[in-house]
Amino acid sequence: MQGFIVSLIIFTAVFAVFSLGLNLQWGYTGLINFGHVAFMTIGAYTTVLLTLQGVPLWLATLAGAALAALLGLLIGFSTLRLRTDYLAIVTIGVSELIRLIAVNEEWLTRGTFGIQRFPLPLAGINPSLPVRVVMVAIFGGVIALGYWQGWKWLRQQLKAVPQSALVNTSIAALGYVTSLALLLYGSGMIARQLKFSNALPPAVLGIGLLVGLAAIIALYVWLAKKMSDRFPAWASGLTIVFMAIVAVLGIWASSYAIRSLYDYSSNPSKNGLMFVSVLIVALLYWALERLAQSPWGRILKAIREDEEVARALGKNVFWYKLQSLMLGGAIAGISGAMYAWQLTTVYPDNFQPIVTFNAWTMVVLGGAGSNAGAILGSAIFWGYQTVTRFILEDIVPLDDARLGAFRVMLIGLLLMVLMIWRPQGILGKKEELTLGR
Amino acid sequence: MVDNFSERASEQEIGRSAFAPLLAASGLSKSFGGIRAVDNASIEVLPGSITGLIGPNGAGKTTLFNLLSNFIRPDQGEVVFDGSQIQQLPPHKITQQGLVRTFQVARVLSRLSVMENMLLAAQQQTGENFWNVWLRPGQSAREERQQREYASEILASVGLSHMAQSYAGSLSGGQRKLLEIARAMMVRPKMILLDEPAAGVNPTLINQICDYIRYWNQQGMTFLVIEHNMDLIMSLCDRVWVLAEGRNLAEGTPAMVQRDPKVLEAYLGQ
Repeated sequence: MQGFIVSLIIFTAVFAVFSLGLNLQWGYTGLINFGHVAFMTIGAYTTVLLTLQGVPLWLATLAGAALAALLGLLIGFSTLRLRTDYLAIVTIGVSELIRLIAVNEEWLTRGTFGIQRFPLPLAGINPSLPVRVVMVAIFGGVIALGYWQGWKWLRQQLKAVPQSALVNTSIAALGYVTSLALLLYGSGMIARQLKFSNALPPAVLGIGLLVGLAAIIALYVWLAKKMSDRFPAWASGLTIVFMAIVAVLGIWASSYAIRSLYDYSSNPSKNGLMFVSVLIVALLYWALERLAQSPWGRILKAIREDEEVARALGKNVFWYKLQSLMLGGAIAGISGAMYAWQLTTVYPDNFQPIVTFNAWTMVVLGGAGSNAGAILGSAIFWGYQTVTRFILEDIVPLDDARLGAFRVMLIGLLLMVLMIWRPQGILGKKEELTLGR
Repeated sequence: MVDNFSERASEQEIGRSAFAPLLAASGLSKSFGGIRAVDNASIEVLPGSITGLIGPNGAGKTTLFNLLSNFIRPDQGEVVFDGSQIQQLPPHKITQQGLVRTFQVARVLSRLSVMENMLLAAQQQTGENFWNVWLRPGQSAREERQQREYASEILASVGLSHMAQSYAGSLSGGQRKLLEIARAMMVRPKMILLDEPAAGVNPTLINQICDYIRYWNQQGMTFLVIEHNMDLIMSLCDRVWVLAEGRNLAEGTPAMVQRDPKVLEAYLGQ
């Protein structure tokens, strides 16, 4: 379990960094980048190939980020004068181009065979107790800062709602969510029993499951309507419950993380990576928030809204778009280095276009233009990925390949439901949707 | 309130003859396919004036604006602003030189607050440079405070103070027009190109907008105004240029232009 949570945290952190890059490009600047994975590929390969030559990791990572930024510069120079959809087409083309280069240039990348073995960083070290305690303290501090940010956000959301209404509604929302969870859990258990005992043919069980799921969803949609009629602050209540669940899960996961940091030598490379990657996420979040609130970030947002206005007000739109593309690319390059470290092998197949779209899912889930949203989106995405991988196998009568497709369908469904009820994303601002252009 | 405009105006008068135009364009042409939208057009705007640009629909007024601000590159012709040629400069450089434009349909940055819309317009901000965000945060914050104060003053003078923290996208049509003009003032330009400031605005607000333009003009700001509202042109402008089918038709004081038979013909037909 410990190793499992550690790797979950690493994946979340890697993709949080990756989506933070995309969020800078799309959420802030409005650049539709469908080839974000290209930057990650460059970052991963550069880092690994350089470490194989004996370059220290941090330097190799920086080189990877720099090369990714350079790719951003190239893409930008050739395409940023185009309109948005063309940028999307070109970027997805570039990402495939980079992947195909990785497949074919075997002298450099070893082709489809991939780079199987490279020195894993931090694998050899065995920190003494005081060092480990300091690491735990830093890690705990970062987590605490995260909670503080979440708390501030929640306060901001709820300041208009009277306290008494909040308590009532939260209790009702808690009941709603708990009963839904119990119902889903119960039907899952029943399905599991049925699948084990082979009492029903798989097709019947499958259809039965779908019908059951649809019925539960219909019931709870109806219930939600009733509830929001009865409780005016229903959305706030749900927000509180949701944040509470996230907070509890967060504490639960961090407790494992802290334990494994304390037993650093149990799996040195992974534990070290977890520590480093969480620090990178925190640092990037801080830096990006600061940028977003600076005049520099204001220009990016202005370009997203209407680049002609930015131009008329004396801003060099092309140059700022280029900066956004390059910086987002460099960030994705760093995530590539982390990704290679986590996977311990690098294949061209790791960098299929689906990786880009996963990042899009995360950014949209969390709320475009919200850095915290990108991180939360990544956590939800990976939580979903890992949980469903183990649970659905026991319940759904499908073989492995189909199950994989089914999980993608489910996340698509989840995204659709979210787009209907909360089109601004989880942490997005609702008011922004009601504005005319 | 905003006294640096008058300073700037007096500097200009000392520096060169008061009658040298601030903006002078000559021989401007632009074709779209076979249509000559602007055909050998000229225009001059004297410093400190409110100059009008009128003409029937499709006369090429907005295209001429786009050529002046280089949002569209002219096929031919030259534009001299404040003593230097600007027809080769990219649009943002032209704004940085002190010539700022507004749009016919008010364009606000919806998902930014009204205040952010204003702050964006300030020129030469330290914090606009990526590295300065990290290396000179103090100076950046100080400037930001000053700009915020200045923006509040302008917003107060156009009566938008109460909306400063709202999203610009939540403004009404008339308020958007006001914000757009206020934002242009925030650039601290030498001259503003106003494209139909009164289009789609109720009569009371039109009068208000006129008052603001007049007030800022008295502070030393130069305006070039496209407008269909003849009352506004007649009451506001010192000088009017008439454009028809992309060519100069007439120019002179409002009263002269109003009586010019060629102008009447262009507007009303024979």
